[in-house]
Amino acid sequence: MSMAAGGAEGQPQVAELESVALVCRRAIVDMVHKAGAGHPGGSLSAIDMLVALYGTRLRVRPQEPDWPDRDRFIMSKGHASPGMYSILAHSGFFEVEELDSFRKLGSICQGHVDSGWTPGVDFSAGSLGMGLSFGIGCALAARLDASKRTIFVMLGDGELQEGQVWEAAMAAVHHEVNNLKVFVDRNRIQNDDFVDKQMRMFDVPAKWVAFGWAVREIDGHDMGEILGAIEWLDSVDAGPAVVIAHTVKGKGVSFMEDNPSFHGAAPSDEQLEQAMEELQ
Amino acid sequence: MSEMAASRDGYGAALVKLADDERAVDLEADLGKSTKSCRFRELHPERTFCLGISEQNMMLVAAGLASSGYKPFASTFAIFTERGFEQVRNGIARPNHAVHLCGSHGGLHTGTDGSSAQSIEDLAIYRTLPNMTVIHPCDDISTERLTLQLSALSGPSYMRTTRNKRPRIHDEESAAALRIGKGHVLREGSDVALLACGVLVSEALSAAETLAADGIEVTVVDMHTLKPLDSGLVQQLAADCGALVTAEDHSIIGGLGGAVAEMLAANCPVPLERVGVNDTFGESGEGDELLEKYGLSSQYIVAAARRAMARKS
Repeated sequence: MSMAAGGAEGQPQVAELESVALVCRRAIVDMVHKAGAGHPGGSLSAIDMLVALYGTRLRVRPQEPDWPDRDRFIMSKGHASPGMYSILAHSGFFEVEELDSFRKLGSICQGHVDSGWTPGVDFSAGSLGMGLSFGIGCALAARLDASKRTIFVMLGDGELQEGQVWEAAMAAVHHEVNNLKVFVDRNRIQNDDFVDKQMRMFDVPAKWVAFGWAVREIDGHDMGEILGAIEWLDSVDAGPAVVIAHTVKGKGVSFMEDNPSFHGAAPSDEQLEQAMEELQ
Repeated sequence: MSEMAASRDGYGAALVKLADDERAVDLEADLGKSTKSCRFRELHPERTFCLGISEQNMMLVAAGLASSGYKPFASTFAIFTERGFEQVRNGIARPNHAVHLCGSHGGLHTGTDGSSAQSIEDLAIYRTLPNMTVIHPCDDISTERLTLQLSALSGPSYMRTTRNKRPRIHDEESAAALRIGKGHVLREGSDVALLACGVLVSEALSAAETLAADGIEVTVVDMHTLKPLDSGLVQQLAADCGALVTAEDHSIIGGLGGAVAEMLAANCPVPLERVGVNDTFGESGEGDELLEKYGLSSQYIVAAARRAMARKS
C-alpha cells in the first residue's frame, strides 16, 4: 500500500495532523529520556513538517520500504533521528516498541539516522552538510529513470555553515533538478549556542535566492502553512525549491523551547514528567 | 615492455566500453580531460554530470545515484579526492554504495606540478575504510581491464591512475588473466619477491634484470590490488622466497608496504623492505627525476632486495 498523497480520501485535516504531531512529540521526549542521550530540540522543531510530509505527501510504502520508485525523504540533519523514528514508527515502517531501543546496542534506531539499520530511512546522515548533495544524486537518477518521484531534503540552519551545502545549492540549479524540494529547519540554535552567536547567518532566504532557488518562508509549526508550502513546492517546476521554515527549537516543551542546552541532552525524570504533562 | 602508456588512458578506454551499460554514469569535477572520463562524456553527455570544482558535493551526488541503482564512476586528481575523504567515508563507504572513485595523477611521478598535486597518501587512507576495494594498476591495458571488473562490484572502490607514460607491462593476453584481489606474477624466482604497484612495476622488472645478472632469481608481482590484499600469494611468496620487497610511488606508511607488513607480521614474519616515499613531500621535477631523487627507481629496489636477502635467517 502507498501512503498516499492526494488520494481519493483527500488530505487529512489539520487537526488530525496536529494530534499525530503531539503523539510524535511525546515519543521523541520519551525515547531520548530512555536512551539518556539524543537530540530532542531539533527533532521537536522539525516534527510538524515530518508529520505533514509523511501524512499527506510522500509516496512511500511502509511494507515495502525499498520500493525503488518511492519518493525520497533525506534527513540531512541526522541528529534529528528521534523525530524521524517517531514518524516512521507511527507510519508503520516498524513497531512503536522499537523506539524504546533508541541508541542501544543492536537497535534499529541508531543514534543518527542510518539507511543500513532502519526501514524507511533513505540516507545515512550524522555528518552535517551532505544530504543536499545526496538528494541531487537521487533527483538526477529519477530524471534518468523518467520517474515522477520527488526528492525531499531537510536541512538544519546551523548546517548551512557547511560549505558543501552551497556547492550543492549551486549544482542543483545548474542541473535544473526540479524534482528536488528542500525544507530548512530555521530553529536558530546549533550545538554550542544560538546560530547567530556561532556564525551569523544574515539573510538566509536571500542567500538561496542568490543561488537561483525558488524560495518561500513559513511558520514551521503552523500545519496549514506547512501544507500550503508542500503544495507550493510541488508547483515549482523550473528548478529546485526551498522552504525556509521558521521554527522553535524544542517546540512544545516549555523548558526546551529556544534553549541551546536541549540541542543534545536528555531530560531528567522530573523533566520528563513535566514534558509529558505539557504534551497533552 | 617497449611501448609507453599512461594508466589514465586505460580508464578512459574502459569508460567507453561501459558506456553501453545504461546504468553507468560519469561524474566530473572539472578534470574530466585529465582523468580521461571526458571520453564517456563525449559519448553520453546525458549520463555525465559535471559538478564543477566541488569534490565534496561530487561524492554525495555519486552516492545518491548509486542508491538509486546507477553505477557512478567519479574521477578527479587523487589529491582532490582527499578533499572529500570524510564524504567518501560517511557518504559512500559506510552505507556501502557502489561508487567507483578514480584518483588520477597519483604519486610523485605526476611531476612538475609539484608536491601539492602529488598524492602520496591516497592508497593508505582509502585502505582504512571498511567495504572499500583499493586498486592501483600499472598500465593502460590493466587499468582498462580492472575498471571493467570494478563495475561488477556491489560495494565502493578507489582506483589510482597515473598521469605520465611508463613502459607498458601487460598485453591483452596477460590482462585477460587479471582479477581484482589477485596479484599477478610477472616473473618467478626463489631468492626474493618484489611486490610492486603502479609506475614502480616496471622499475621492479628492471631491478629483477639487474639482480638476475648477479645470479639472483627474483619473483616480480604486479600487486594492483591493495585491498583486499592477496594474502594467499604473499604468504606463499614468504614461504618460497623468505624475503620480500614492496615498491610503490606512495608513502612507505600505510600503502602496499603497510598492507604487506601487517599481513606478514600477523601470519609469517619474514624480512621485508619497503621502497616508497620516505615520509616526506615531493617537489617539482620530471617524473623519472623524482623517482631517482626520492629513492624509488630500479637501483633502490635492487638495494632493498639485497638488504632483504641479507636479513634472511
